[in-house]
Amino acid sequence: MDFTGKDIISIKDFSKTEIDHILKCAEKMIPFAKGEKTLTLLEGKILSSLFFEPSTRTRLSFESAMNRLSGRVIGFADPTATSQKKGETLADTIRMADAYSDIIVMRHPSEGAARLAADFADSPILNAGDGAGHHPTQCLLDLFTIFHEKKHIGKQNVVLLGDLKYGRTVHSLAYALSLYGSDLTFVSPKSLKMPREVINECKNLGATPTSTTKIEKALKNADVLYVTRIQKERFPDLEEYNRVVGTYQITMDLLKAVKKDLIIMHPLPRVTEIDPAVDQTNHAVYFKQAFNGVPIRMALLSLVSGVKL
Amino acid sequence: MKPMKIPRIKNGTVIDHITAGNAVKVLRILDIPQKQSFTVSVAINVKSKLGKKDIVKVENREIAHTEVDKIALIAPKATINIIRDYKVAEKHKVELPDTLVGIAKCSNPTCISNGGEPVESRFIVLDKEKPRIQCYYCDREPDDIASRII
Repeated sequence: MDFTGKDIISIKDFSKTEIDHILKCAEKMIPFAKGEKTLTLLEGKILSSLFFEPSTRTRLSFESAMNRLSGRVIGFADPTATSQKKGETLADTIRMADAYSDIIVMRHPSEGAARLAADFADSPILNAGDGAGHHPTQCLLDLFTIFHEKKHIGKQNVVLLGDLKYGRTVHSLAYALSLYGSDLTFVSPKSLKMPREVINECKNLGATPTSTTKIEKALKNADVLYVTRIQKERFPDLEEYNRVVGTYQITMDLLKAVKKDLIIMHPLPRVTEIDPAVDQTNHAVYFKQAFNGVPIRMALLSLVSGVKL
Repeated sequence: MKPMKIPRIKNGTVIDHITAGNAVKVLRILDIPQKQSFTVSVAINVKSKLGKKDIVKVENREIAHTEVDKIALIAPKATINIIRDYKVAEKHKVELPDTLVGIAKCSNPTCISNGGEPVESRFIVLDKEKPRIQCYYCDREPDDIASRII
């Protein structure tokens, strides 16, 4: 399987076989991602890290991944210090980054920005989030977390909880898990339901997702619980936000009736949706999930650079 | 009201069976008559067997069907007639191309194609029969295609 030069814009650009290959490559990267062993696969290569929007985990894990592969990183995390401030177009910024580096990772507030960047660059573009659009490396690290913790991805009961309307990670994950035949349950307040087009996409892939507002019943047989934050910044109306925030909280009490091997994931940052007491349980894998951003991104950076893993 | 009669043309193109009320948008899509000096006649709300329709006649110019196909977006039943010496020399139905460039604006205000970048809007045609298009950049499908035409 050859990923040389491939742009990574959306999870929908990948087949199940391709995703499987990436996950297996990421598994091999774990000891290197932890710094237990060293690698020089991308020695002499330069990554442009262009973050037009704030990010903690995505940016740091991409930069860590490139450093762990012995590559170098240039770029910015604050676009106000760039020529964008002078009115430069994204297309021109990308042309420059393309000339200065071998791979470009970019986060941008406009949907479709990564697709545009890919049209202007010869180097592979890795989309680190384009507005409310796609965030494929987050989806891959989510899948990798299930793969790593459960040893496979398949007919598990997966519950997606919280803001299913505005949360881009749950849209991509629902799509990808449908490829794997997972049983999906969507739990959200009525006003934050999974969009119909996402549900239809899942159905087109053969999945039969169910939607509910009740968390207790959904959790009973769950193998994976994926919690999301109610994102204040996405609400046009603050009153509506106040109505739904705090609807769900994962507490020790709620976990009394769940499967022993249930794993709880969260793309982070979290606010109040998971009680910190849960952090100490074997269910909590969200910090491991955040670490998994490094091996998955090491695998992707290597694969698009033409390295066979 | 009696439909307006417009004369037959000797040579040129007749676009018939345009969805009633859409003739002006068809002209806009085809960039007629801005860049042309040909005589153009337009009939709106003409009564026909299948209800009302619009008709556009462009004199002394044969419009290539690849150029006209994009009007299928708003006039999927339109037919193109190439007229030579008052006779229909060629006739075909419009068919949407696989992609549409620069003729509609994405309905997503935060799509990068609306952000002042040096690119034209671009849509992938999902359904040619019942026109459905999707923005190449942000994946958004506009609900009301006609209102998005530039």
